[in-house]
Amino acid sequence: MDRLFDVVAVFSVVLIVWVLSSVRRAHIRVEYSVSWLLAGAVLLILARWRTLDDWMAAALGISDSFIALAMIAGAAFLVVLYRLSLRISGLKDSSITLAQQVAILEFRLDALNQNKKL
Amino acid sequence: MTPAANQAVNPPAKRLLVLIPAFNEEGAVAGVVAEVRSAVPGTPILVVDDCSRDATRSQAQGAGAQVLALPHHLGLGGCVQAGYRLAYELGYDYVIRVDGDGQHDPSDIPTVLAALEKGDCEMVIGSRFVDDNGTHTNVLRAAGILFFRAVLRPILGRPVRDPTSGYVGVNRRALELFSATFPLEYPEIEALVVLQRKRFRFVEVPCRFRPRRTGRSTITAVKSLYYMIHVLLGVFVNVLKFEGRKR
Repeated sequence: MDRLFDVVAVFSVVLIVWVLSSVRRAHIRVEYSVSWLLAGAVLLILARWRTLDDWMAAALGISDSFIALAMIAGAAFLVVLYRLSLRISGLKDSSITLAQQVAILEFRLDALNQNKKL
Repeated sequence: MTPAANQAVNPPAKRLLVLIPAFNEEGAVAGVVAEVRSAVPGTPILVVDDCSRDATRSQAQGAGAQVLALPHHLGLGGCVQAGYRLAYELGYDYVIRVDGDGQHDPSDIPTVLAALEKGDCEMVIGSRFVDDNGTHTNVLRAAGILFFRAVLRPILGRPVRDPTSGYVGVNRRALELFSATFPLEYPEIEALVVLQRKRFRFVEVPCRFRPRRTGRSTITAVKSLYYMIHVLLGVFVNVLKFEGRKR
């Protein structure tokens, strides 16, 4: 069981390093990195602080503290993914409006240009 | 400015625009434009090219239509809404949508226009089923139509025979609404609910449908389940946004 907690801790560190590296190379914007860094940090704390896991497992009525950790991690990542889905939906709406407006402006510009030639 | 461009930018007194959304329809769009010109001579025709990878744009222009070229693929709803937005900005009073695949017979445009001009509705649906004329639809689609008829009946407070028809005419009030709010994927059914939210009315008139000339429908058998779930969700999301009691 200890090995599982170690694997989660290593995964958390890899995630944090990966996100920080992406931020440094400007592959991800800082505002979107915060959710992942927080999720990674929470996971790392839970993987290393067994007393907290035991307390959470007792509070949730789960006998196995690793399952409690997995549940908390799963919930954290679901929240992050949902926030990103919201953001993607907003960006898609903006992108569609922008594309429509660009097309309409080009259409009207072409019409004006044709008018000038004549 | 060419006469066609002049017509599109400075609409004539009658102010009807025929809108043809098209995506990879190089084999059919020129024929559709020609048929529309024959059915309603002198009426401006706007083909909205949804970033086709083939020669749809040049074919449409060659046939005498104006082309609104989208910079990237938006899907049917975004494509149609772009046309509605332009038509609204240019001051058109009526817009009739005819699909670019040749399934809608443009000789029915005057029927749709006459129903719009009566003024007792905001949207006219060209229906395959009002007079039970030439119902060129497959079993899967027919089952879907029956299902959505049943779903929409209590929401709309009246029956709709052909809720998936894209052969649609709108007046300026509906044009204003759809310019601001229009479903982006599979828009026909959700558009009815959007219309109902504003207490707008629709009528159905009999129109002829034909098998598509080229290409394939975007709704394949595999996508049908996704289509049903997507449209159902869209319908109920729109129901939740209702702004008042329906008439």
